[in-house]
Amino acid sequence: MKPAPFRYVAARSVEQALALKAQYGDDARFLAGGQSLVPTMNFRLTQPEVLIDINRLGELAGVTNGAANRVRVGALTRYRMLERDPATPQTLPLIGEALPLIAHPQIRNRGTIGGNLAHADPASEMPAIVLTLGGRLRTQSAKGKRWIEAGDFFVGALTTALAADEMLMEIELPVAPRNSGSCFMELSRRRGDFAIIGVACMVRLDADDKCEEARIGLCNAGDGPVYAADASASLLGRPIGVKEIEEAAALVKGAIDPGGSIHASKEFQRHVAGVLTARALTAANQRARRAH
Amino acid sequence: MPTDTHDVAVTVNGTLYRRQVEGRLLLSDFLRHDLLLAGTHVGCEHGVCGACTVLFDGAPVRSCLMFAAQADGHEIMTVEGLAADRNHLHPLQQAMRDCHGLQCGYCTPGILMTMKAYLDETTAPDEAQIREALSGNLCRCTGYQHIVEAMLLAAKRMNGSAA
Repeated sequence: MKPAPFRYVAARSVEQALALKAQYGDDARFLAGGQSLVPTMNFRLTQPEVLIDINRLGELAGVTNGAANRVRVGALTRYRMLERDPATPQTLPLIGEALPLIAHPQIRNRGTIGGNLAHADPASEMPAIVLTLGGRLRTQSAKGKRWIEAGDFFVGALTTALAADEMLMEIELPVAPRNSGSCFMELSRRRGDFAIIGVACMVRLDADDKCEEARIGLCNAGDGPVYAADASASLLGRPIGVKEIEEAAALVKGAIDPGGSIHASKEFQRHVAGVLTARALTAANQRARRAH
Repeated sequence: MPTDTHDVAVTVNGTLYRRQVEGRLLLSDFLRHDLLLAGTHVGCEHGVCGACTVLFDGAPVRSCLMFAAQADGHEIMTVEGLAADRNHLHPLQQAMRDCHGLQCGYCTPGILMTMKAYLDETTAPDEAQIREALSGNLCRCTGYQHIVEAMLLAAKRMNGSAA
């Protein structure tokens, strides 16, 4: 298996990378970690005319403080960097908990958050987490820059709102608030495989343990990452107990449209989504209670 | 006839190599065919099996998911770089031999490179940690037990305690 011929360019600046993308449009692909793109090139499912390697653009990697209580993660930030960053479990606990479940160490050493989000695999953990947290994504082209809300960025399976001349530059995410608890859980057939279903939960409680904010999202539950808005809203305004968790899990099961596969039928995926939602909500709620 | 060629200078196992490569040449094929370092094995060629794992600037990566051109200016270590000399195996290699961890041997180079990086930074792993560290390397002899035993033994030896 060898990729079809292409022209390889190691971009020396963002401007050069964007100028090439403006020139070649959809015939050019950015090469970040390459852990999703290169397999499809080896299979010749993807045959770009030009491959723009952005790995030497170090300014695109790293985590910085954004606006109030938000962090900005550079698109070229590798999973491994986040995994080794001692701040990740506190600031981005959902990502911290999901990271060990994402493929394998060898893949995480190369894979980048921006490459993953731009690839937009519905089974992937990161799009679901960014959507659940209500993050936003900054893109840039030779013409200018724009911010895209996560809800608008993920258009469908392997499809995003990125224009042919745009590059994903960074992702802005809210820092986990005080009095909150998060939990990410997934079921997969083997360690590191894509999830049959994955669930991301975040709840924030007031001093009386009443739920002030709840966010539930799923991966591999539809054509793209899913935000379970009704289930999230159902938890607001009261303490989260067994009954509330059961209700939310039932709402999640009704809201998703998993595709099914030879490994897991739609019905099984829906069942697992309910089970994992209940478990993850229980854990997130307990963590939030311990946090105050 | 390649039309997209690039000059690369890559350090592999401490030796600097200068070559001209086509842009689409995979790093795994570069190591095997251009540098004749055939210790790096090619299994699935789409990043699943881990047989082609090498250290890229010290970190284990799938060499089938990188292009040789990307390695320009970087440092690579392959299984050929593990042993100090022809007569002394690296503790990982010796433990694999002692525990019969090779079996058919196809996945072995990738496992050795993965575990070299892992054991360099994790001095006393337990069995569960070893199994997790090995999760990205497939052995189709399916005899993981001997590999796990070898890694536990290697960890002990590398940590300096008597095995």
